[in-house]
Amino acid sequence: MNQYQEISWQGLWKNNPALVQMLGLCPLLAVTNTAVNALGLGLATLFVLIGSNITVSIVRNWIPNEIRIPVFVMVIASLVTIVQLLMNAYTYELYQTLGIFIPLIVTNCAIIGRAEAFASKNSVQFAAYDGLMMGSGFLVVLLALGAIREVLGNGTLLQGAEQIFGEAASNWHLVLFSPEQNFLLAILPPGAFIIMGLLIALKNKYDKRIEKLVIGEKTKQTIERARVTTESA
Amino acid sequence: MLNIHPISKASFILAAFALVTTGLVALTHLLTEDTIAQAQENAIQQTINQLVPADMYNNAIAQDCIVKQDVNGENIRVFRARFDEHPVAVVLESIAPNGYNGRIDLLVAIDTEQRILGVRTVKHTETPGLGDKIEIKKSNWITYFAGLSVTDDNQKNWAVRNDGGMFDAFTGATITPRAVVGAVKNTLVWAQEQDLFAQGQTCGEKQ
Repeated sequence: MNQYQEISWQGLWKNNPALVQMLGLCPLLAVTNTAVNALGLGLATLFVLIGSNITVSIVRNWIPNEIRIPVFVMVIASLVTIVQLLMNAYTYELYQTLGIFIPLIVTNCAIIGRAEAFASKNSVQFAAYDGLMMGSGFLVVLLALGAIREVLGNGTLLQGAEQIFGEAASNWHLVLFSPEQNFLLAILPPGAFIIMGLLIALKNKYDKRIEKLVIGEKTKQTIERARVTTESA
Repeated sequence: MLNIHPISKASFILAAFALVTTGLVALTHLLTEDTIAQAQENAIQQTINQLVPADMYNNAIAQDCIVKQDVNGENIRVFRARFDEHPVAVVLESIAPNGYNGRIDLLVAIDTEQRILGVRTVKHTETPGLGDKIEIKKSNWITYFAGLSVTDDNQKNWAVRNDGGMFDAFTGATITPRAVVGAVKNTLVWAQEQDLFAQGQTCGEKQ
């Protein structure tokens, strides 16, 4: 397994920010009531993660160890503000729906976690790729959660796709069934917790089988779990 | 050899980062400012188009806008629709402060006979699946206001059914429609006492 494959494997499955590291659960649980909301927040997070990983990796040799955390925070906060302004300008309706959760990406531990645990120790291309994979891992879980909750709660899928993809997408949504009364449990936060728990259980159930499939039994190695904080040097 | 204390060095680096990052944010702000204002205006114009029939007025309604203080002391915007300079309708922002999860922002359109042309929910944080039926996307409940007005005779009917009024409440959510009905009624009563077509502080000056 070369380093790119290793990074993909870690980000998408083995060390998935949502299913394994359990980072960024607040926005994850709060906005996943529809697939489109989930996609919007997922893309914003992905973009910030790639941007912050690249920036942190570029400046990693210039910043003294003592001030690295404030610098990371500044880089992340300004990137998020930029994303927020861009979304406000170009995806206005989606921005209205996601509201407070865009600025909250700043506090998504997955981002500072990757800056600290990976980007500050690796070269730019690996850091960027790690951002892409970790962000995609997060995005996939968000999307799965959003799709399941939307189908269970409203009987639709991709309702409001035009908020991201423009007018052409206004008839993309599928109506699977039209419930007389929405299934509230799925739409409200408790449903998010329950379905998230089920997703994690499912991941754990097939963990060994998929690991065997991807890595193969012989080359199986002990993979270190990502630490959000480093040990003091 | 210049000897810089590590703390000074760290401070300089930190300051440099602060400057660069805030600079980038400021730059993005400058570049997106107009687009954001345009998007906001489009959103308002779209809602207004749903409320006031386009053949009723011929002025640039989104620009013909003044700021007033409503009953609760909140600054609200008033958009005036005119046909060849004659007042035909106003579109007012209305705030229901007592929603189930905080305030609900509404737009209320009223014609010159003090009849409601229509009401739309602009922004709210009510419970999805219960209170969010005040959105036109979710339910046509909000269209029930069209054509109504407040008179001395029907004052009492301006309440939800549970309170003895004429408006349906939603199953499991009475507080939300109660807040909306109350806000629309207050806005109507308030608008009757105001001269909304007079000159006033225009919206651009609001900061």
